[in-house]
Amino acid sequence: MREEPAVDIVGLVKRYGSKTAVDGLDLSVARAAVTAVLGPNGAGKTTTVEVCEGYRRPDAGTVRVLGLDPVTEAAALRPRIGVMLQSGGVYSGARAEEMLRHTAGLHAHPVNVDHLIERLGLGSCGRTPYRRLSGGQQQRLALAMAVVGRPELVFLDEPTAGLDPQARRATWELVRDLRRDGVTVVLTTHYMDEAEQLADDVAIVDGGKVIAQGSPEQLCRGGAENTLRFTGRPGLDLASLLKALPADSTADELTSGSYRVTGKIDPQLLATVTSWCAQNGVMPDRISVERHTLEDVFLELTGKELRA
Amino acid sequence: MTATGTFTPQPGAAPLPRMIRSQAVLETRMLLRNGEQLLLTVIIPSLLLVLFSTVDIVDTGSGGKAVDFLTPGVLALAVLSTAFTGQAIATGFERRYGVLKRLGASPLPRWALMTAKTCSVLVTEVLQVALLTVIALALGWSPHGNPLTVALLLLLGTAAFSGLGLLMAGTLKAEATLAAANLVFLLLLVGGGVIVSLDKFPDAARGVLELLPVSALSDGLRDVLRDGAGVPWGDLGILAVWAVLGLGAAARFFRWE
Repeated sequence: MREEPAVDIVGLVKRYGSKTAVDGLDLSVARAAVTAVLGPNGAGKTTTVEVCEGYRRPDAGTVRVLGLDPVTEAAALRPRIGVMLQSGGVYSGARAEEMLRHTAGLHAHPVNVDHLIERLGLGSCGRTPYRRLSGGQQQRLALAMAVVGRPELVFLDEPTAGLDPQARRATWELVRDLRRDGVTVVLTTHYMDEAEQLADDVAIVDGGKVIAQGSPEQLCRGGAENTLRFTGRPGLDLASLLKALPADSTADELTSGSYRVTGKIDPQLLATVTSWCAQNGVMPDRISVERHTLEDVFLELTGKELRA
Repeated sequence: MTATGTFTPQPGAAPLPRMIRSQAVLETRMLLRNGEQLLLTVIIPSLLLVLFSTVDIVDTGSGGKAVDFLTPGVLALAVLSTAFTGQAIATGFERRYGVLKRLGASPLPRWALMTAKTCSVLVTEVLQVALLTVIALALGWSPHGNPLTVALLLLLGTAAFSGLGLLMAGTLKAEATLAAANLVFLLLLVGGGVIVSLDKFPDAARGVLELLPVSALSDGLRDVLRDGAGVPWGDLGILAVWAVLGLGAAARFFRWE
């Protein structure tokens, strides 16, 4: 029972009229880990999550969440999941604390509300009606409402969109605590760094499909090679360097005096490059190692830019 | 920052009665906290009652005391304002702002949400009826009839108006609901036998107006409270038909987002 994935999606298709939002998407979400669904706006992230939450009926494919069908077994599923919508979800006249207490009261074993309020910095606005909260406060309240019921699985739809850096960090901290305590977290984001910072597993979604999935490290290693750059005297003969480097490496002079080495950049390779420089009497100025980021991977896979 | 184990999963729904009670309390608070809603549900009916009972503007028909004619109509108006107008507007905006959607993912079943909404409407109506009764008595109202028959009329009226209000809230845009619900309130206030006797209208119009739920409710309440009649079956029948049609259509067409 514990071995089966928290979310198992096979061949999901969802259309709105003539527009296909999700187009044969496969996704498996491991338990007690953080999975980031990463993609640009309109990639199908929210639709996918809302199918998992039981809001939308798939046009094709199968979706199991905690082993249940989110539509036909919704009553059994709902108490076990926590949901943070992209926006809204609170009575405009409800006070932040009042709404959180109410949500807690719908669950059998809620998290201590005072603690959660303090934790997410909602104390100062606990008596403020929802419509007068700032965007960041509204987001944090929605996050608190998603986790207050001690769910097994939490869906966070763009939890940090539009947050200031401090609020963003508070949200990240909370996600890490959820993971530590064994909660499965599925979050959608179009922020690269968020996926890199938080996720055990990243599913890159574009055009309604998962086009790559793996840990951030796997994706960065697999998708793109890493790069070492240095500057030196123009016109160096790179043939001898190439001979010294591992077979799958490349070395070239990009512009006059600016060199690039690609391949598996490890300490051994760095040593090879610097000793080759020493032999040739070259002082490698501005030597730098660039690890490829998810951003590079994403660009390579889709040719599209994401928000940094 | 948080002790290990704070979030360790321990999911489960609260017991149903507790969820419904909590939801009903929240809904009632939202209603009583909203200024526009209070204007509609408390201030307008009270003002109409006081104004038209003390100032001789409206010819109340059969020559009795104005307050005896007006109070049943204003009670019907109070039910209309809460069960129809107020509920339609509030629910329309809850739908628009994703409140219904978010609650749909909570352990609270939809039928329990609707039950809680009904409870909050009934609580508000009890407060309205109490307030209007006190005002009317102070103005010299002398009610007749069986209180249980009155309660039955009010309940059936609530069911009819709720169905129509929820139908509107669940199918139209929030802004359209806001405009339409207020317009309907105003039209029914004038043409629903609330403060203007339907006897004032031409026969043809009257025949149609008498079939409106608010006319049936105010007419039924007037028969009982002013004239001490028994059970007004005709009016109860009209309200029952509206209730079945309205609630049936709402159940069929209501969209949650």
